[in-house]
Amino acid sequence: MSTGTTTLDVVVSDVVPVNELVTRFHFRRRDGGLLPTFSGGAHVVVEMRDGDRTRLNPYSLMGSPLDTREYTISVRRDDAGRGGSLFMHRQVKPGLEMVISYPVNLFSLDLRAKKHLMLAGGIGITPFMAQTSQLAGAGGNFELHYTCRTASLGTYADVLQQRYGSRVKLYHDDRGERIDLDRLLSSQPLGTHLYVCGPAGMINWVRDRAASLGWPLETVHFEHFAAPQPGAPFDVTLAVSGKTIHVGEQQSLLEAMEAAGVDPPYLCRGGVCGQCETNVISSDGKFIHNDHWLSEEDHRSGCKIMPCVSRFEGKSLVLER
Amino acid sequence: MGITFRKETFRDDYTFRNSPDHIRRFPFPFNEDSYMYAVNIEPHVVGPKGSVLENLIDVDEHYVAEMQDRALVLAEDPLRCQSLPHMTLAGWDLLELLMEQQALGYPEHFTLERNGDRWRWINRPLGIDDTFTFGDTSTLPYGPMEYITRQSQGDFCILDQRDGNLWMDAGMVTTQADWSLDFDIGMNFFEWHAPVPLAHEKGIFTRALKFLTNIQQGKPARRLNWTMTINPRLDTSPENYHKWGPDRATVTPENVGQKVHLRVELQSFWRLPRSNAIVFPIRCYLIKMDELVTQPKWARRLHRVIRDLPEELATYKGLTRYRPTLVEWLSKLDDGSPTSPGFGPD
Ligand code: FES
Repeated sequence: MSTGTTTLDVVVSDVVPVNELVTRFHFRRRDGGLLPTFSGGAHVVVEMRDGDRTRLNPYSLMGSPLDTREYTISVRRDDAGRGGSLFMHRQVKPGLEMVISYPVNLFSLDLRAKKHLMLAGGIGITPFMAQTSQLAGAGGNFELHYTCRTASLGTYADVLQQRYGSRVKLYHDDRGERIDLDRLLSSQPLGTHLYVCGPAGMINWVRDRAASLGWPLETVHFEHFAAPQPGAPFDVTLAVSGKTIHVGEQQSLLEAMEAAGVDPPYLCRGGVCGQCETNVISSDGKFIHNDHWLSEEDHRSGCKIMPCVSRFEGKSLVLER
Repeated sequence: MGITFRKETFRDDYTFRNSPDHIRRFPFPFNEDSYMYAVNIEPHVVGPKGSVLENLIDVDEHYVAEMQDRALVLAEDPLRCQSLPHMTLAGWDLLELLMEQQALGYPEHFTLERNGDRWRWINRPLGIDDTFTFGDTSTLPYGPMEYITRQSQGDFCILDQRDGNLWMDAGMVTTQADWSLDFDIGMNFFEWHAPVPLAHEKGIFTRALKFLTNIQQGKPARRLNWTMTINPRLDTSPENYHKWGPDRATVTPENVGQKVHLRVELQSFWRLPRSNAIVFPIRCYLIKMDELVTQPKWARRLHRVIRDLPEELATYKGLTRYRPTLVEWLSKLDDGSPTSPGFGPD
């Protein structure tokens, strides 16, 4: 992780199954000291040594920012994914020494808000665990609406209700419960900021409704780390480093570059921070842009790519790096 | 052994001086005989012992006098220190950063004791011994930012990050080179750099903003900037232009060495942990020509740099009026021999 972020040497101090899909991991500093303070909404990038592969996945910190003796993250098992979550679930045991990045916050609270309205879907609850702790500690005004498939998959729903009572509203898909979004959005006091984290569909729905109900863009915050999608393998030439590399089916372009000894910068590894942006020198084929960083115009132009999440299908691709 | 703090002034009788040790540690900003504007940003890591980079927050012999000067500026003009209401948390972040760094670098002068939220801060040079509750503003005589920056050298701008931009929403600015916090407060990065006339300059600002918004916790960055000031005046604010502006016409061949000062700003950029804001400390170092030329390498090099400075740059830095006098004076100290590479004196 040389060009990404400063790293921390940690040891896994606990692994706690939360429900059938989600497991919580606790990290402490190997030297026993305090971990760096962070702000609600921050994530860390966890380095996983999986055989000869190194995976780097971002996870939101969900503990209280006021307590830095340990960091906690929650990982949802994704059986169809590229294997990072499976590695966490299967290989990571208490006592394992790991390396994680310093916290980075790409989903921070807007501290000017008079009220924070939070919408979470599924595992998208994790950043709100820290944000609600932070706000509650400071007497902040917040309200959390949390949708999950079933009660048993309502990760931390019980904890949140116990802590915050009626400030937390739950919606279970299997009972046909749905957020009455238009009503919710229309009934907020002036100065409310909206935060949404969950599946892409939910984020798009909330952003659309907020926009059409006249919420100013700056008051709507969202976090969606697109996990890199698997896809057809392809070859890339890197002009500056003079290398030609192969991107495997289960590998992201960023990972392939790293494996080849090129160290592009990154922060989120999820297509949202802009740090890994790379110029395309020439291409013959089709880009599969999965990022949320580049504009549509950039996407159409084919002049830029975000190697952490985007792919390519075609004859040839030359990038600047 | 600790630092011996000087008794000196930055106004009226201008008794400001650098001791010989401090002349040698001056952050001379030119590593070659010419100066080209560049975005010279590098990681802010600890540098050589005895340099201004020995600690990430530098405290030097001017500390006490600078803090007294700051108090005078604030008494006249309280708007030099402002913090919008949502920036209080960032103020606590900054308080922690500065207390930690000062106590770490100068244990003989500063002590920080933490007992949960109960903190005790001892600042021996200023005779302060306060116990307070971290996070509870009512336990300090000022807001957290004002409290700690009345005890820390340099100016501090705290920038809130939102909507992919940075907002100048808090600051303590009393030693600035001709800009005003009161004017910039609440502005975003593009607004406070406005007007930006050329598209290509816009590109530079967009890149700079991208760099700054990506500053990470645990990975501060820094850059050096320089200008010149007539008389060792810390406060060269637009509000006080009438006091310092006319000084530029007072430089004569006889007083160059005493009046003309090289002013170097060490700017660093830090991500603050609780608020996710960025703090931008701007530490100002002054050295008069008579002191600077005690290092022959610097004298020769400065002569060449100032002589060859492009006209627009000289105008931008406000040197036009006295540049010929200064170059003439420095030329007598330049024997034409080569200068060694690097910033340091020989
Ligand atoms: S690393 Fe953040 S967009 Fe690629």
